[in-house]
Amino acid sequence: MVPAKSLTFLLMDAPYEQTRTATAFRLLDAALRLGFGVRVFAYEGAVSLASTLQKPHANAIHGRSLEEEDHPTPHVWISALVQLAQERGAQFEWVNCGLCVDERGVTEVVSGVRRGSPADFWKMASESDNTLVIPTR
Amino acid sequence: MPSYLLIETRDPFDSSCFIQHCELAAALVRDGGKVTLFLLENGVLGARSTARLPQLEKLNRLGVPVLADEFALRERGISGAEIVDQVKAVPLSTLVDELATGAKALWN
Amino acid sequence: MRVLQIIEPAYRATLEEQDDTVLWFTRAIRGAGAPADVLLIGTAVSYAARGQSAEGLEIGTWSQRHPPAIELEVTKLLESGARISAVTEDLEERGISARSIIRGVELLSRDALSGLFGQYDRIWKW
Repeated sequence: MVPAKSLTFLLMDAPYEQTRTATAFRLLDAALRLGFGVRVFAYEGAVSLASTLQKPHANAIHGRSLEEEDHPTPHVWISALVQLAQERGAQFEWVNCGLCVDERGVTEVVSGVRRGSPADFWKMASESDNTLVIPTR
Repeated sequence: MPSYLLIETRDPFDSSCFIQHCELAAALVRDGGKVTLFLLENGVLGARSTARLPQLEKLNRLGVPVLADEFALRERGISGAEIVDQVKAVPLSTLVDELATGAKALWN
Repeated sequence: MRVLQIIEPAYRATLEEQDDTVLWFTRAIRGAGAPADVLLIGTAVSYAARGQSAEGLEIGTWSQRHPPAIELEVTKLLESGARISAVTEDLEERGISARSIIRGVELLSRDALSGLFGQYDRIWKW
């Protein structure tokens, strides 16, 4: 059996700042749905994507309650990707840069997200069929 | 033959970078590379047939496919009928497929 | 797997981080065995300039002890064996003369980038 191809992605942007975040998650989702193993190295602000301290909110301008607004929180997106990967028997790995975690106080993260370093990124990239760095500006 | 995936996410009219990236694409082709240009996010703002972006035609003449994210096009109100001939609307999964070929991918 | 790190933005959060985080990352992955080189383009060609200093940041009663030392970081990367190039046209646009750049940084014309890219297995643009 031919092992599934895997792709590594490096993300940098903190949540709610750039459209790149949503694009990145769309790419991760697309890659899993296509059957690829997916590895993510979150660098700088992107480590906050995994924070379970994020809270959704209501939207009074639109007259929507908390439940109605159903505001996205990226850590839910990560959990949803973990679930999708499990359903498809695909590899999904998310590593947060440890020093970036410390600087930003990202103390509570989604189950399964682990702490690492650029050496982990190099290992992931070396073991993947390709790597995409999504830089911040 | 080396292959390259140039991902353009910025409004091509925002700065001179898009022109430079197109020149790079042309140079890569001249040197024997296979290049695909993928317009994503605000990069699709150059995809309207009424936009003034002659670089797309130049790239097409060199055999560079110019793809654009369907979702980003729709998000910006660019319908299929409005897309310039040189650009092909595709799902984002196409970008993943291109990555999987091992193309050297540069995100702009 | 040979890697080319293309750095375009510059001085982004460098005071808070006390580093350019991409130069730092490059040193880190080289330390892990990655044969990574650097290409400075656009604004980041400024990193090739000698005489940069970010000393003296004070905020309230806080003073910075370790300001980012970009020139030193570029030099250390060069000393570790990394090839560091900067785009000639981008330097010229910004009035940075060849005489004033850090010794060891190669100048490359945009015309030469295609040839450079062909030497690497992976190109990561930051």
